[in-house]
Amino acid sequence: MKNFVLPKITFWRAVGTIIVITGLYSTYLRFTGGLAATTNLNDQFPWGLWIGFDILCGVGLAAGGFTICAVTHIFNIKQFKPLARPAILTAFLGYLLVIFGLMYDLGKPYNIWHAIIDWNPRSVMFEVAWCVMLYTTVLFLEFAPVVLEKLKWKKLLSIIKMVSIPLMILGIILSTLHQSSLGSLFLILPNKMSALWYSGMLPVYFYLSAIAAGFAMVIFEAFMSARAFKRDVEMNLLSKIGLYSALFLILNFVIKIVDLSLSGNINLLFQTSQQTLLYYLEILIGTLIPSGILLVKDLRVQKKWLYISATLIVAGFLFNRMNVTITAISSELKLDYFPSFYEVSITLMLVVFGMLAFRLITKYFHIFNEEKVTLNA
Amino acid sequence: MIKQKAILFDATLCVGCGECYNACKEQNKLPATNDDFLKDHLGANTYTVIEEYGDYYTRKLCMHCVEPTCVSVCPVGAFTKTELGPVLYNPDICLGCRYCMQSCPHKIPRYEWTKNNPRVRKCVMCYDKISKGESTACADACPAEATIFGDRDELIKIAKQRIAESPDSYYPEIYGLNEAGGTSVLILSPVPFDQLGFAANLPKEPLGNYTMRALDKIPSVVGVGGVFLTGMYWLTKRKNEIAKEENDTIKSDGKKI
Ligand code: SF4
Ligand code: SF4
Ligand code: SF4
Repeated sequence: MKNFVLPKITFWRAVGTIIVITGLYSTYLRFTGGLAATTNLNDQFPWGLWIGFDILCGVGLAAGGFTICAVTHIFNIKQFKPLARPAILTAFLGYLLVIFGLMYDLGKPYNIWHAIIDWNPRSVMFEVAWCVMLYTTVLFLEFAPVVLEKLKWKKLLSIIKMVSIPLMILGIILSTLHQSSLGSLFLILPNKMSALWYSGMLPVYFYLSAIAAGFAMVIFEAFMSARAFKRDVEMNLLSKIGLYSALFLILNFVIKIVDLSLSGNINLLFQTSQQTLLYYLEILIGTLIPSGILLVKDLRVQKKWLYISATLIVAGFLFNRMNVTITAISSELKLDYFPSFYEVSITLMLVVFGMLAFRLITKYFHIFNEEKVTLNA
Repeated sequence: MIKQKAILFDATLCVGCGECYNACKEQNKLPATNDDFLKDHLGANTYTVIEEYGDYYTRKLCMHCVEPTCVSVCPVGAFTKTELGPVLYNPDICLGCRYCMQSCPHKIPRYEWTKNNPRVRKCVMCYDKISKGESTACADACPAEATIFGDRDELIKIAKQRIAESPDSYYPEIYGLNEAGGTSVLILSPVPFDQLGFAANLPKEPLGNYTMRALDKIPSVVGVGGVFLTGMYWLTKRKNEIAKEENDTIKSDGKKI
């Protein structure tokens, strides 16, 4: 068994190293030659992969943090508690990477502090900026006990534990605002986006799909923890989480179809065009297939199927965010945008950094075994 | 109150001489970008262009919207609508998020993509010049009166008059009267405006209203969310406690027997 696992890890290490080296080279180019030297962005297409993936997907996949907090601490379903720490850690790392990614995408990253003193409350971007700042702080405080425990700083720990519930509530509200506001960003483009994706309901879509993807991420983390501690996954808990995710996916899907019919754009579904194809792929991969699997009880209690559906949900989520930022706009404005090699390499580097940080932190801190509930009885 | 200034461009009168293009470059000290002005595009160093559509010429420049989208979306308020009419940009506080470019319904703002300290660039309606009471450099330079400068309401009157006097030469509408809340650059054209490359089917209301409708809900999300979550927390906690107490009683009862 061990002999089989080892070479796999070295392979991924090699891949990771190559990604980081190319990423660093792209970083050098980005901060010496500007956006023109590294991206395929232009005046007609000013937002690309970095906004679509690093920001929208980064924030979305961090949603596991607040959904699991809500389930365990607000709805007091304590059995899920072991899943909370890894989810909060993922969310915290996700937000740090979003901020890191912003440094590449912003034309003047050194001006970012102006967001604190120069206010324009009419701007969704202003709301987004404040949500990032505040929620990252909340996540930091939610994560702090892990570090304080390790350092045995009991006093500070007890102070933070005292405010933990208000902190969670604040975190859930900020997440709700933030997830939906990423959808609101696009509300101002009624004449620049395909009606397949543009809708007054975009903030709701973004919120519901983030919750579904957040649950899928929690499933991933549980599988990872199981692997790390060589124990079995607690399928009882996880299959329930899978079901929650499916319910949010279906709710989102139903609203979308009703909205398309009410706005008279349902005929767009019956066109033969690249954008319609991409829309179908997104819905099939991210919604119909995984929720189909998860609704069948016999399937969702099986490790394999649960893992497959979680993967599909996350993939479909990424697909959706890329469609909103890229396909919807490029098809409506008849533009071509495809991310450059440098854009992709920097995004990949951020992903590798995130995974690396997750591995290291889970190794040195008590992330997975806060309580021994996940242990297979 | 200061009267809002505006530019009226009349495509039926434009002869495509390029004088406005040259005057703008000179006034704003912009480097040359193309030997043939008709082949040039709006860019970081080109605030206005002349475009050829069949028999007609038209100009493109920032429309100086009455309620500009760029002003509404900028997180730090780097864009402002001045009382006089021009929409101006302050590079010192701009973050470079490019939301202004993404959202401008007229696709106007340009970026200094090659620079490490990039600015957003667009026509400034010769702000310095017009605040001294002069007219814009492009209007001064136009030999055919295709571009004229004045008070917005005066120019609307003139435009209406022109359409009324020779209805055969004009498409019977003024572009910029209410497109996305109206603009301070008004266009007259012999053909429907989309045939000259202007954004068609823009809603009448300012685009900022679309996002305001979402932003307006923030207080209720915070209020209702806060109350709901706190309520839920107490409820489920109480429920668990009761369940536990009942469990305990059953257990202790069991022991007694
Ligand atoms: S045309 Fe675009 S850049 Fe000019 S004022 Fe209107 S929204 Fe702003
Ligand atoms: S790029 Fe600059 S001016 Fe444009 S919206 Fe962003 S911060 Fe404002
Ligand atoms: S108003 Fe001034 S800045 Fe704008 S196009 Fe005319 S000359 Fe150029």
